[in-house]
Amino acid sequence: MATLTNEYVQSRIASQFGDKITEQVESYGMLTVTVHHEAYFDLIKWLKEDAEINCMFLTDLTAAHYPDRKEEELNVVVHLHNLPANFRIRVKTYIASAHPHLPSLTPLYKGANWMERESFDFFGVKFTGHPKLKTILNVDDMDYHPMLKQYPMEDQTREDKDNKYFGR
Amino acid sequence: MSTTEKNTTTAVEEKEYNILNLGPTHPATHGIFQNVLKMDGEIIVEAEPTIGYIHRAFEKIAERRPFYQITTLTDRLNYCSSPINNMGWHMTVEKLIGAQLPKKVEYMRVIVMELARIADHIICNSVIAVDTGALTGFTYVFQWREKIYEMYEEICGARLTTNVGRIGGFERDFSDKFHKKLNDFLADFPAAWKEFESLINRNRIFMDRTIGCGPITAEMALEYSFTGPNLRAAGVDYDVRAMNPYSSYQDFDFVIPVGTNGDTYDRFMVRNEEIWQSLSIIKQALEKMPEGKHHADIPEFYLPPKEDVYTTMEGLIWHFKIVMGETEVPKGEVYHAVEGGNGELGFYLVSDGGRAPYRLHFRRPCYIYYQAYPEMIKGGMLSDAIITMSSMNVIAGELDA
Repeated sequence: MATLTNEYVQSRIASQFGDKITEQVESYGMLTVTVHHEAYFDLIKWLKEDAEINCMFLTDLTAAHYPDRKEEELNVVVHLHNLPANFRIRVKTYIASAHPHLPSLTPLYKGANWMERESFDFFGVKFTGHPKLKTILNVDDMDYHPMLKQYPMEDQTREDKDNKYFGR
Repeated sequence: MSTTEKNTTTAVEEKEYNILNLGPTHPATHGIFQNVLKMDGEIIVEAEPTIGYIHRAFEKIAERRPFYQITTLTDRLNYCSSPINNMGWHMTVEKLIGAQLPKKVEYMRVIVMELARIADHIICNSVIAVDTGALTGFTYVFQWREKIYEMYEEICGARLTTNVGRIGGFERDFSDKFHKKLNDFLADFPAAWKEFESLINRNRIFMDRTIGCGPITAEMALEYSFTGPNLRAAGVDYDVRAMNPYSSYQDFDFVIPVGTNGDTYDRFMVRNEEIWQSLSIIKQALEKMPEGKHHADIPEFYLPPKEDVYTTMEGLIWHFKIVMGETEVPKGEVYHAVEGGNGELGFYLVSDGGRAPYRLHFRRPCYIYYQAYPEMIKGGMLSDAIITMSSMNVIAGELDA
């Protein structure tokens, strides 16, 4: 098994997806690919099915919220792993919170099921094609997505927990 | 001919299924899990797990906590092996800030993490035996977990939710008393574990109950993103300690045991063997333990000794800055994984330079593999479902976070 390098995979992705890729950087040794949300599913399918890159293991899927990024407030982050070559890759995509739709990865990885449910539960990302997209850790009748930044964790009248004390 | 066929089909009675609520607080589930089972007599037709009963919003809380305060949150993930979670978190932050650690700290961490793995596997395996009806083995080995807890106490003062270590090392060096307890443990525990194994491993009743119970194939386990002993029992030799060595695991010689069928018996046997491997790693680490300090030289993250805080200017300044969270943290995102008691425990940390993480996500192995549970118990008996769950070692704290 030839070893996969970040540079090699980077060039393969660039030649395959071209302008659909917004950014490719190496962060703490892990290749991080930011892809346009329209090509998100295709990229991951390709990463899984390509004979060389062969990322057959879904390590993690999660989301993050960036309220300051207009029209791309929600960020979905996927970690994939090619076990035999021990190659890890991170795929990120941004979607607007007004249209938080993204194709589900459940046809590719069964394990994506609950990970996507968790991201839906906490961030409201709607994964189209998901077999059972409903809350998982929160109560069934939860009507908002608590990890979004607009929902503060603590009592807002407390002055000692102001953002400026958190260095931002 | 055709008429008779028709007659037989209409004569078949409508199947009557029963709905059975297993949990949320059923003593056999060892935690707060609910499974709504559709039963055909004693056979499970469908299962619908409900989780989240002890969800404590750690990821949300972590966005408001300085890095050093998040350690206590990680304690409460897999509380059967808290030190591994603590160390995993410390290493994630160290990776973010680019801290270099002395070899000695890494070896000390290896010892504590392997003790935690032993404690975790003792619980899991003896509880599998309890669920199959063999209580005695459990009472024999449970006291050894107690001895491991006493060692934790020597290191950090706590037992279950350990909060052990600091970013950059340990708060103090291992004491002589700890070394004595560890040496006693290494001398006496193998005999006790051998006794346990000789009681259970080739026990006819145990084997009949567990072989072929709740099996999963390697392909399916990979599809479901299984990690840890559950994946290895299915025959895939994936172990983070070997694949992405952290904390100097590359210095130690150990074997990764694998099973073949991925059933309850294989999971049990894989954990048994891992205990022996952990013991061997601890011995190697003790033998090779280098000289040096028990912490890294990163005054901006590692609290100075209390005497220095009271007597020196620098000590006071660093202490104040650390406690008030005035330390510069680089921006960036980092993923770090350790081999937890149950599999790959990952930390995905996004830092925006603030004193708390912008986003922190725990990749919790339990949460990910528990979703395969309905598929694993379908078509089996209710009693098999119970031992399948205990052999998967689903820990409620890690499941719900």
